[in-house]
Amino acid sequence: MTSKEKTWTWRDIPVGAVVEEPGNASEYLTGGWRSERPVFTPDHCVQCGLCYVYCPDAAIVMTREGYPDIRLDYCKGCGICARECFMSTFGLSCFEMVDEEEFR
Amino acid sequence: MENFNVFVPRLLDAREYFSAGHRACQGCGETVAIRQILKAVGRNMILVNATGCSEIFSSPFPQTAWHIPWIHVAFENSAAVASGVEAALKTLERKGRLPKREICVMAIAGDGATADIGFQALSGAMERGHNMVYVCLDNEAYMNTGIQRSSSTPFGAMTTTSPPGRLSKGQKTWKKNLPEIMAAHDIPYVATLSPSYPFDLVRKVKRAVEVEGPAYLHVLAVCPTGWRSPTAETIRLGRLAAESGVFPLYEVDHGRYTINLDPGELRPLKDYLGIQGRFRHLKPEDLEYIEERVQANFEKLRGKARMTAREDRKDRKKTGRPRPRQVKKAARSKK
Repeated sequence: MTSKEKTWTWRDIPVGAVVEEPGNASEYLTGGWRSERPVFTPDHCVQCGLCYVYCPDAAIVMTREGYPDIRLDYCKGCGICARECFMSTFGLSCFEMVDEEEFR
Repeated sequence: MENFNVFVPRLLDAREYFSAGHRACQGCGETVAIRQILKAVGRNMILVNATGCSEIFSSPFPQTAWHIPWIHVAFENSAAVASGVEAALKTLERKGRLPKREICVMAIAGDGATADIGFQALSGAMERGHNMVYVCLDNEAYMNTGIQRSSSTPFGAMTTTSPPGRLSKGQKTWKKNLPEIMAAHDIPYVATLSPSYPFDLVRKVKRAVEVEGPAYLHVLAVCPTGWRSPTAETIRLGRLAAESGVFPLYEVDHGRYTINLDPGELRPLKDYLGIQGRFRHLKPEDLEYIEERVQANFEKLRGKARMTAREDRKDRKKTGRPRPRQVKKAARSKK
């Protein structure tokens, strides 16, 4: 993942180093940092939304039906969603952390 | 299933004010805190961000993760700049150049920028009584530059500048009690909060914004990189810190102490310290010493909460109702 500024020459840098668009950090995809991928199974999901609240990378969005949807472009694979899932109290976590190698 | 409509995401703002793609470490507790705080306050805010982790990972040059007006300032003057912004807003509104509306001025800084470097600016801003919110994201060391000790580092913790060894047990001094120092400034609102308790955090942030005058919020931001803990345990560590009394959740609203989470008997400290690699070198007698001191501190806090309850009871007997929460602002003398 190379960022835009790596290819910039001095002519491309905006005058005054102004950042013109708010929230444009989302152009940079952090999914490449991941070593474990959360895999969601909706069988036990009670739509509590704890994974959405606790996700540090805002990588989980809630769908209209109320289920979490993982944006793998941004997920860094910390495993908080799997650990904090409400149903994990009963040993039935909605998320399972799978080694990224298996998706190659 | 109607009853399940009270779940957490429906109470929060659905808009994301802190965009994905920022460069925080995996499992960063500070980011969780920032996301929840911004969702609680909403769009009408100006944020002043001191140098530190939160500034570094959110704004690498051609990009920014913030969707709100955001100013980056040096380590030492986030509180001073925030007070300037507040004064400017007040003046422009008085002159009629800006429409009158509620704009929250918030300063966010790390524990190094609050407890060590920016301390006098913070103290000054609180003493002058600006209508602002100061948020300290306490990850208990200078994590941004590579885990150096700050005055907010707890006793016994390993950092790169307080390494354990034959002659040292890690950090030699006790953690500076910043919320108490701020409460001693006699400001309207002081609270400690933790992103592990989102309901509590959102309520306290909203209260801090609505209060007239300065408010100080102390947030425990778990840092898996610096604390040497598994990334998945971030949220649980915040809970353990509150339950074991290391980081008690309480608020001081106009001088009235309330403990928001009193577990009765405190959880054994080993649960909290055991997960973290930075306390790995501690011996049982060190743990005993820390536990004793933590319990004494928590008992002191309970005493203050009891005092508040007693005063309330006395007031109720005298006037038939509890003391008003909002103390009227004293009229400023004209110079």
